Amino acid sequence: MRIKALTRLLFLASGIIWVALLFTDLSVVFSVKTNIEPDIPLWMPGFLFNLFLVALYYFYKFRVDRDELLNFVDLLWRVFATGLVVTVISLLIRLIDYLPGTTKLTSLFIYIEANYIINLGLIAGFLMVAYTVWKRLILYQKSKWLLRLWNFFEGGLLASLAYNSLEIEGLDWLNNVILGILIVIGLVLSANMKWVAYLNFRQKWTSLLLLLLAIFYVMYLFYTANAQAISAYGEGSGFVDHRYHITFQSLFIFVTVYSVFSFLVILFNLPTTSVFEQKLEEVVNFQRISQSIQTEQSEESVYNILLETSVSTVFADAAWLEIKNNEHDHRLFTYHIKEKEALDIIEHLRKMHVTGVLEQSQDKTKNLSRHLSQLRGSRFRSILAFPIYVKGENIGTLALLKELSDGFNREMTKIVSTFANQAGISIENFRLLEQALQSERYKEELKIAKMVQKSLLPQVLDEHPDFDLAAFSESADEVGGDYYDTLRISDQQSALIVADVSGKGTTAAFHMSQMKGIFHSLAQDCTRPTEFMIRSNRALANCLERGSFISATFFVINTATKEVSYSRAGHCPLLYYNAADQSANYLKDKGVALGMVRNSSYDKFIEAYTFTYRANDIMVLYTDGITEAKNAKGDEFGYDRLREVILEVKDHSSREIQEHLINRLYEFTGTENINDDYTTMIVKFK
Amino acid sequence: MVQIKRIQEDGADVIVPIGEIDASSSIELDLTIAKSVGEGYTRILVDCTSLEYISSAGLGVFMSYIEEFGDKNIKMVLYGMNERVLNTFEILGLSELLSIAVDKDEAKKRLA
Repeated sequence: MRIKALTRLLFLASGIIWVALLFTDLSVVFSVKTNIEPDIPLWMPGFLFNLFLVALYYFYKFRVDRDELLNFVDLLWRVFATGLVVTVISLLIRLIDYLPGTTKLTSLFIYIEANYIINLGLIAGFLMVAYTVWKRLILYQKSKWLLRLWNFFEGGLLASLAYNSLEIEGLDWLNNVILGILIVIGLVLSANMKWVAYLNFRQKWTSLLLLLLAIFYVMYLFYTANAQAISAYGEGSGFVDHRYHITFQSLFIFVTVYSVFSFLVILFNLPTTSVFEQKLEEVVNFQRISQSIQTEQSEESVYNILLETSVSTVFADAAWLEIKNNEHDHRLFTYHIKEKEALDIIEHLRKMHVTGVLEQSQDKTKNLSRHLSQLRGSRFRSILAFPIYVKGENIGTLALLKELSDGFNREMTKIVSTFANQAGISIENFRLLEQALQSERYKEELKIAKMVQKSLLPQVLDEHPDFDLAAFSESADEVGGDYYDTLRISDQQSALIVADVSGKGTTAAFHMSQMKGIFHSLAQDCTRPTEFMIRSNRALANCLERGSFISATFFVINTATKEVSYSRAGHCPLLYYNAADQSANYLKDKGVALGMVRNSSYDKFIEAYTFTYRANDIMVLYTDGITEAKNAKGDEFGYDRLREVILEVKDHSSREIQEHLINRLYEFTGTENINDDYTTMIVKFK
Repeated sequence: MVQIKRIQEDGADVIVPIGEIDASSSIELDLTIAKSVGEGYTRILVDCTSLEYISSAGLGVFMSYIEEFGDKNIKMVLYGMNERVLNTFEILGLSELLSIAVDKDEAKKRLA
């Protein structure tokens, strides 16, 4: 808003200054003519004219120079439009001369003088707009030196303006020197034509026309100003001649020279424009292919972009992109060619035994045109084929066709080859991105599986006044194959189980959930542990895959008789702490793991044992993840250490014993990431 | 990691696993035994003197052949296990299902 207001103010100021210039000038001329002592100092008109130029300079500076939106053609249009208005006004005034009955008026010296001043204002306006626009064009892509030179030029013009105002007489040679310097600098600056390269073909034509007209205006205005100055000069004294105004002259010459230079440069640039445009398009296309990976949703769009950009870059008449997903699955993307026609050419080249890229076995880019000439009925005379590689694997072929013979030159070959490479990279990135997303999804799935499995382990263990329980389980992977559980069979009887599925990870986790199902469906009815094992074995025989088995120990605690009966199916031996003699021992007994014998003979391999418990006795159930946990040296935690650790805390509660054991385990291994699933359940009798 | 050698001795196939058999290397053991069976050997010895460790997956391999060997009348004897490996076999009850000898001589006697 401020700039807009300032622009208006400057416009108004220039208008007022010009009017003031007109009246002071007329007054001076009138006074001199009629030999009256003028009220106004004689230097006044000259000073006002300089002021007028400065005001115009700032007006256009804000009007044109600060407007970022204007493009080159818009700028030229400004010059042209101003020139047009100025010329039309000038012509209209000139028309008055030829109107009947105005001879008396036009012969008045006042009229001639006024006419001259009006024209001068118009010319100054046109020159200033041209100067501002040229400034922008010259300083497009400016360097430090160019900017300095320009500032020097502008400073020089301003200095000359000040020098003019002084109106020192008799120093003609100095005038000429100053003028000469300014012209030379103007010439040097006029060599800066970088903006021309950025015009496209159409814009160049428009610019040529606009410049030609601008040059015409300059010529016309020069002629008019000159003619009027001469006629005014003829009227004699008092006339202020601006023809020898250095700034004005410099401006005039600079504007004219740059117009002519620009015109010529554009004219000679016309024939090469298409090459520039093509190069520019190549860059844009290249960017499109590179960026397609971020923006496109599918490989298909990458293929389509590759096809499109290649075609437009080499001006191909038709093209196809053959993508090979596997031995039998080919996909064809076509451009201006029917699928059958493309397949015909592919077939033909195959018949010609072309060992080129169309066979997707060789990696050389090949110009296969000479084979094409032997294919009857084909409208194409040139063909160029490129392989597309993803991770060193040829995934397809890009073929470009032209109806012209020898239609592809080396440059085109290079460019399209680059495109094909870039497309390969894009597709590779795309696939990597998809894989990353996929594995992210799997991770999420595993997280869910982990949560589900955690919920398979009991949140609350059986509680009884006769014993208390604590348990802990952790998996090496997201999910694991360790299982523990409790079930109250009756008021006096509780069932306990600890089991370990062979292997670990997802398969183990599935079998662990089967074990849970079996425990909950069988434990209620099986107060005899062997019966539970035999029935479990039967159930598992059908669903465990070859080589898989489950080791388990199943306990039934009878609080009425204070007896524990149990059966060990290949599971780690029970560690029992006897409070009476303060000793802890492993109970060595027989029993084959579940799933190892998958027929009715299993009952021969499983046995039940019974013992009576007393207060403060401890049962330590665990999986081999604990005893086989290794430290950095490769030593195992082992049975002896387990016994020692339990003896350290034999008088504590089951929860404390369990926590102590796990802490000592981590202490021993030095990490919490143990390479196997590990579980423990502590039973302390009261 | 395991390295498995095969030596033929007196018409018996001697399989010698060297190192540790875990979940991934158990596949190799499985392939070796399957190959031996495929080649028609009915007497197989497994030399465990250089076997340092065997995981449950490795045990599962031996276990999975028990029934097949019974049907085809193939005899397999394992021998020379160190205490730790033997303990693993014993805990799982596999020592009751497989024939485990102390040394090669005893193993050969059992095959006869």
